[in-house]
Amino acid sequence: MRTASSALRSKDLLGIEPLSPEEITLILDTAEGFKEVSERPVKKVPALRGQLVINLFMEASTRTRVSFEIAEKRLSADTLNFSASGSSVEKGETLIDTAENLMAMHPDMIVIRHKHPGSPKMLADRLPASVINAGDGAHEHPTQALLDAFTIRERVGRLQGTNISIVGDIAHSRVVRSNIHLLTKMKANVTVAGPPTLLPMDIEKMGVRVVHSLDKAIEGADVIMMLRIQLERQGKLTIPSLREYYNTFGLTPERLRRGKEGLIVMHPGPMNRGVEIASDVADGPWSVILEQVTNGVAVRMAVLYLLGGAHMEGA
Amino acid sequence: MNLLIINGRVVDPSQKLDAKLDVLIEDGRIARVDKKIKSGVDVFDAAGLVVTPGFVDLHTHLREPGQEHKETIATATRAAVAGGYSAVCAMANTVPPNDERAVTEMVVAEAARHGACRVYPIGAVSRGLKGEELAELADLHTAGCVAVSDDGKPVWNAQLMRRALEYCSMLGIPVIAHEEDANLNEGGVMHEGYYSTLLGLAGIPAASEETLVARDVILARLTGAHLHIAHMSTAGAIEVVRRARRAGVNVTCEVTPHHLALTDQSVQSFSTNLKMNPPLRSKEHRQAILEGIADGTVDAIATDHAPHHFDEKNVEFDLAPFGVIGLETAFPVCYDRLVRKKVIALGRLIDLFSCGPARVFNLPGGSLRQGSVGDVTILDLEAQYEAAAPFVSKASNSAFIGEKLQGRAVATIVGGELRYDRRVHAAAAPAKSAAKKKSKR
Amino acid sequence: MNVKKRLLDSARMNRAIRRMAIEVVEKNRGIDDLIIVGIRSRGVPIGERIAKEIEQMENQPVPFGILDITLYRDDLTTIAPQPVVKPTKLPEPIDDKVVVLVDDVLYTGRTIRAALDALIDFGRPRQVMLAVLIDRGHRELPIHADVIGKTVPTDANEVIKVKLTETDDADEVLIMEK
Repeated sequence: MRTASSALRSKDLLGIEPLSPEEITLILDTAEGFKEVSERPVKKVPALRGQLVINLFMEASTRTRVSFEIAEKRLSADTLNFSASGSSVEKGETLIDTAENLMAMHPDMIVIRHKHPGSPKMLADRLPASVINAGDGAHEHPTQALLDAFTIRERVGRLQGTNISIVGDIAHSRVVRSNIHLLTKMKANVTVAGPPTLLPMDIEKMGVRVVHSLDKAIEGADVIMMLRIQLERQGKLTIPSLREYYNTFGLTPERLRRGKEGLIVMHPGPMNRGVEIASDVADGPWSVILEQVTNGVAVRMAVLYLLGGAHMEGA
Repeated sequence: MNLLIINGRVVDPSQKLDAKLDVLIEDGRIARVDKKIKSGVDVFDAAGLVVTPGFVDLHTHLREPGQEHKETIATATRAAVAGGYSAVCAMANTVPPNDERAVTEMVVAEAARHGACRVYPIGAVSRGLKGEELAELADLHTAGCVAVSDDGKPVWNAQLMRRALEYCSMLGIPVIAHEEDANLNEGGVMHEGYYSTLLGLAGIPAASEETLVARDVILARLTGAHLHIAHMSTAGAIEVVRRARRAGVNVTCEVTPHHLALTDQSVQSFSTNLKMNPPLRSKEHRQAILEGIADGTVDAIATDHAPHHFDEKNVEFDLAPFGVIGLETAFPVCYDRLVRKKVIALGRLIDLFSCGPARVFNLPGGSLRQGSVGDVTILDLEAQYEAAAPFVSKASNSAFIGEKLQGRAVATIVGGELRYDRRVHAAAAPAKSAAKKKSKR
Repeated sequence: MNVKKRLLDSARMNRAIRRMAIEVVEKNRGIDDLIIVGIRSRGVPIGERIAKEIEQMENQPVPFGILDITLYRDDLTTIAPQPVVKPTKLPEPIDDKVVVLVDDVLYTGRTIRAALDALIDFGRPRQVMLAVLIDRGHRELPIHADVIGKTVPTDANEVIKVKLTETDDADEVLIMEK
C-alpha cells in the first residue's frame, strides 16, 4: 500500500471498501479546497473543461443527482443526464447495452445510480471511462459516506476515536455499509441500532457494536446518524407500524438531551419527519443535515477532480 | 458394441477393485475383467489411465423441449460424455414440463436419435410444476421416468408431498426434493450471511433449506417411501439426513461440485456465474458437506448442470437466472477438492460419481461386474489445464472459468461404444486448451 | 541534480525582499487599496514577508491573501496524478483594489496566466501587479513582472530552487543542473 496520498489507485470509485485510509484522507483534504470554490462570487473553475460526464440514474434520486450535477458544472465539465424513465431502458435495453451506447459518445466519466448491487462494477469492468457509484442497491454509496465523514471532521474535528451511532433500517441501507467501511478504516467507533428485523446477519463482523435500543445508541455518542425508514417496509414483517417505530426508535429532543454535550445529528435524506426523526430535532441545534448537503457538492467535486485525470493514464 | 480396454488401472468400488486389469465388453455388456485378456475386438490402450464404471449424473437440465437456445439434448449429452458421464437424468422443468407421457416419450426419442449418452427422464411431481395436483406418475414411470421431481421449485404443499411419496413407493421410484422455503427466501439471490450483508444482496438463509429437509424427512418416515434430496448445501440439512439414516429412514441425498468447492466469499466479484440455487454457502456449510461426503451421508455428487444463454447471464447479479453448468468440470473439481486434498480416496470419489448414483435411482451401470452394461469412463488423473470457454455444452455459465484443473475424462464408453475420445476430439479442435497430456508413463 | 551556483543567501534574500517591498509601495504611491496575494506554494511566504516589510515601513497592516491556481493550470488534463488542491483565501473583496501577485520564480509565464484567470473569478481589481523574487527568462506568454528581486539569465536545462525557512531548511536560492 502506498503511503503517499497524492492519488487514487483505481480509475473508478465503486465503494469505500476498496479505498485505503490514505485515499480517504486525500479525498477529504481535497474537498476542503473545493468547499471554498462554492463560496466564491464565480462558483466555477476550469478544472474539467472539455470532459464529458454522464449521469446515469436508473433509479429515482433528487439530492444525489442534483449534487453531482452541481459539482460537475462547477468544475466546468459537460454533463448529460440519462434517467431510466422515458428511455431505451423502458424498451427493454440491458444496462450493458445502454452503457456501451453511451460509451460510444466518449464520456470521460459515468456517474451511476442503480437499484442492483454490483452494477457500477459491471460497467467499470467493461468500460474505459471512470465509473463513480452514486448508490447501488443496498451495497455502497461512497460519496455519501465521504460527505458524512467530511462533515464529522469539520464539526467534531477528527474521525479517529469518535463515537458514531447509526440508527434505523441497517439491512437495506447502502449508506450504512459505506459509512461502516469508512469509519472503521479511519478508526472511529461505530454502533448500529435498530430492531433485529432491520439488522442484517453478521453485521457485527464488519467491526461494529450492535444495540437494540435508541437510548443505548445515544449514550456516549458524538454523532447520531439517522436512517430513512422506507414507508413500504411497514407491514412487511419488519416493523409492525410506523407509529410503533417512532415510539421505539424515533429521535426526539427528550432522548437527545440525555446524550453528550455537543452531540450532532445527521441524516442522509430524504427524511420522514415523525417517523425516524422529530421535526424539533431535524430543525434543532443538533442538526447538521443541511451542512451535509452543502458538503456533498465539495466532496463530489473532489472525487470528480481526482478521477478526472485517471482515464488518461495507460489505457 | 465390442471393445477391449487394456493396461488400465481399474477402479470399481462396487467390487472393491483397484488393480491393473483389462476390461472386455461384448454385445454392449461387461464380459470379463481380468489380467491380460486376449480378444479379436477393437482395443483401447489405457496405459497410465484409470478405468471406472461410467459416471451417472442424477441432476441435469437438458433444456429441451422449449429452451433450445440454452442447451439441447444433443449438446448436453455431448458435454456429458466429455465430462465422463455415460448417463444423465433429465430434470422435468422444461417448457412444457415433463408432466405427461408425451413429453417423456419425446425426450426418450430425441435422446435415442441425438443423445451421446444414456438419458433417463425425471417426471414432474405435480401438473405444470404448480404444486397443486399430482401428475400422472404411473404413466410417467411407464414411459421411462426413473424418478419424479418439481426441481427448480419446492413441493410447498406438505400434503401433496406426502401423497407423492406414498404413490411413488408403489412405483418403486424416489421423489427428488428441491428444498427451499419461498417465504424465508423472499427475493434472495445469495447465501444469507456476512457476505450478503457486505454486498447488500438479499439473502437466502440456510434455514430455508433446512426446514424443508426436516419436514420431508419426517414425511419419508411417515410413508416409508424413498426420498432423495437434491443439491444439499447446508450443515443443518446434512445433519438431518445423517440422523434420519441412522434411524432407518429411506432418505438419500446428493451434493454438487460447486457447493463442495466454493463459498459465498467468491460472490464478491458479482459474477453471475456464481449465482445458483441453492446458493454458494459459507465455509462452515462447505465444511459440513465435506464431512458428509467423508462419512458416507452423501450418496452421490450431481452436477445440477443448468445452462443459460450468455445474454441471460450478462446482466446485473439480481436479474440473472440461477444456475451454472457443471458436466465438464465436475470430475476435475471434485478430484482436486476431495482426493488431492485428501478428504476421501479415489475409490470413494468413483463411488460418488458412478456406483452411488446408479444405486440411488436403481439405474443400470455403476459397476464393471460381469453382465453389467458396458458403460465405462477412462480418466487421465495427470492432465493439467485451465477451465475456459467455449465448452462442449452450448452454454458457458461455469463457476470455474479460469480455475487450474487436474484430471479429466479421456474416453467415455456407452454400451461398449466409444462415444467420446479426447484424443480424437483434441486433434479436431487443437486450439481448445493448452492441455499437457501424459498418456504414457 | 547538481548545485551549480548559489544565487542568494539568507542576507541577500532578505535585502531583495525588502527592496521589492519598497518598490511595491513606490509604484503604488502608498498602500491605499493594496492587497498582497501569494501564489501557492512558495509565493505565499514571500508575499507574507513583503506584507510584513510594508507594514513596518508604513506602520499599517496590508491585507494578505493566498491564491491556489491548480484548477486553472493549462496542463491539468495531461498530467497524472492530479495535483493537490488547496483552498484560496482572500482577506476581502478585490473589486477596485490593486492586487500584487507574488511568486518565487517567473519562468514561462503559464502560472501567472492561470493566476490571472483565477483572480478574475473573484472580482474586478483596478490593477494587478506582479512581484517575483527571481526572473529567469524563457517566457512562453506575453507576461512581465513589475517588481523583480533578481534577474538571472538561465539555460532551459537549469532549475532554480528557492528555499525558504517557512517550508525548507534555509533561506537561499540555488541554480541547479538537470
